[in-house]
Amino acid sequence: MEYLIGIQGPDFVLVAADNVAANSILQMKHDADKMFKLSEKILLLCVGEAGDTAQFAEYIQKNVQLYKMRNGYELSPSAAANFTRKNLADYLRSRTPYHVNLLLAGYDDTDGPGLYYMDYLSALAKAPFAAHGYGAFLTLSILDQHYRPDLTRDEAVDLLKKCIEELRKRFILNLPSFTVRVIDKEGIHDLETLTSGPK
Amino acid sequence: MALQDLCKLQEVLVDRLSAGCSSEPFGTTTGCNYVSGSPFSDAGMFHFYIPAAEYLEESPIRFGQIRPVRSVGAASSPDSPALSWPPGLPLASSHCVPLPFPMAHGTTTLAFLFQGGVMVAADTRSSCSGLVACPASQKILPIHSHLVGTTSGTSADCALWKRILARELRLYQLRHGRRVSTSGAAKLLARMLHPFKGTELCVGATLCGWDGGAAGGGRDPGKNPSSVSGASLCYVCSDGTRLQGALFSVGSGSPYAYSILDQGVKWGLTVDQATAVAREAVYRATHRDAYSGNCVDVYRVSSEGWTRRTREDLKEEYYREEERRGRPSE
Repeated sequence: MEYLIGIQGPDFVLVAADNVAANSILQMKHDADKMFKLSEKILLLCVGEAGDTAQFAEYIQKNVQLYKMRNGYELSPSAAANFTRKNLADYLRSRTPYHVNLLLAGYDDTDGPGLYYMDYLSALAKAPFAAHGYGAFLTLSILDQHYRPDLTRDEAVDLLKKCIEELRKRFILNLPSFTVRVIDKEGIHDLETLTSGPK
Repeated sequence: MALQDLCKLQEVLVDRLSAGCSSEPFGTTTGCNYVSGSPFSDAGMFHFYIPAAEYLEESPIRFGQIRPVRSVGAASSPDSPALSWPPGLPLASSHCVPLPFPMAHGTTTLAFLFQGGVMVAADTRSSCSGLVACPASQKILPIHSHLVGTTSGTSADCALWKRILARELRLYQLRHGRRVSTSGAAKLLARMLHPFKGTELCVGATLCGWDGGAAGGGRDPGKNPSSVSGASLCYVCSDGTRLQGALFSVGSGSPYAYSILDQGVKWGLTVDQATAVAREAVYRATHRDAYSGNCVDVYRVSSEGWTRRTREDLKEEYYREEERRGRPSE
């Protein structure tokens, strides 16, 4: 039902998430933001079971901010991803596991851009591009076909538009709009919200 | 739960800030089942009642949870397109002991923002497995002078949690001298309900309130009009969902209400027009949904507080409409 996608370029990461907050068959909100800002250059995209997403993502968000307050410097994207994975793994075999699928995107000043894929079983993988949701089945092969490590920002946005067009055409559910953001060495930038036009 | 681990994180990372926040702070010894909302309890910041997960294990009924551990992936799968219907009934996917008696579910409640504040409406039928347990129940509960909440799901759970929320908000107001905002109240309610996730507790509440002073708390008037007014609307569900928005309808009759509201609700409605739309939406939903019916309550929250319209029996409305359409009933 929900869709997340991330594409890493040579000096940026492009991420997008759909904007629908659904409950059973109804769209309760058309402008939901599924991205959580962990720090100035790290975004956590979170989808999954209804309450678990916000609870878990906010918990991670506050802990990352707490780390910065205590130690004076921020967690790197890789450290934040591993911290998130550890928390997911710890709760996995408890009475209350969190059923969430995540993408963590960030820019490290030494290592450059990074995109981390995490699923509800707390698997973690650093990947050049990734997607979550049923829409991932439809779009991963487009990413396989067209992705190059030296994409420019415009080419990455075009690739994203191709993926959204495929969803509009073939995905049974209606995902009318997507929030798009880019992370680079200057920080997090909002791009224009992408809408899928009429069929 | 999460707070527990935050405390352990403290021990691992830096220092023990207060001796009071030790490894077992959560009410297991004295039977006192609440925790202070923050480990920094001597700072006197926030004292909120948030139930501890351990309490659920001590209760004889166990709130519908069974052991062993709920297996991952076997529980409600959010990606499954086979959705249970109607949405007002408990999902069949959670593994629970059978309830001791059928709970009351099924309703139509709605709320939306407009220039005159927040318009809130609900039906008054409490159903219980196919019979009407109470035709005159109250589904819109005032929480304080500028906040009302609609209830959907299990009536008993909603009534209880609304009272607990009202108590916590009142304590906050006495301690800090100002009211909690609507979205803050919603966050508090969501956190209080989180330990009960996976049990049969079912609360779908919309908190409708007016924040700040009469002028809306000095927000930037350059943005859209809804940010100038203090009207605020937040949907909270016992599965943990918390959404802020301008229009919500909750309950088994909500799809019917949504279709009327999506056509008729605009920001610039007058109070009378908004009342008419809200009433019409509830009326249509009660006509089609078996679990909604009887009367309609309409409330409005504005800068002066909440006001209530007299409860109206929708049976009369049905007969009036039949007359209008030229089908006088016998």
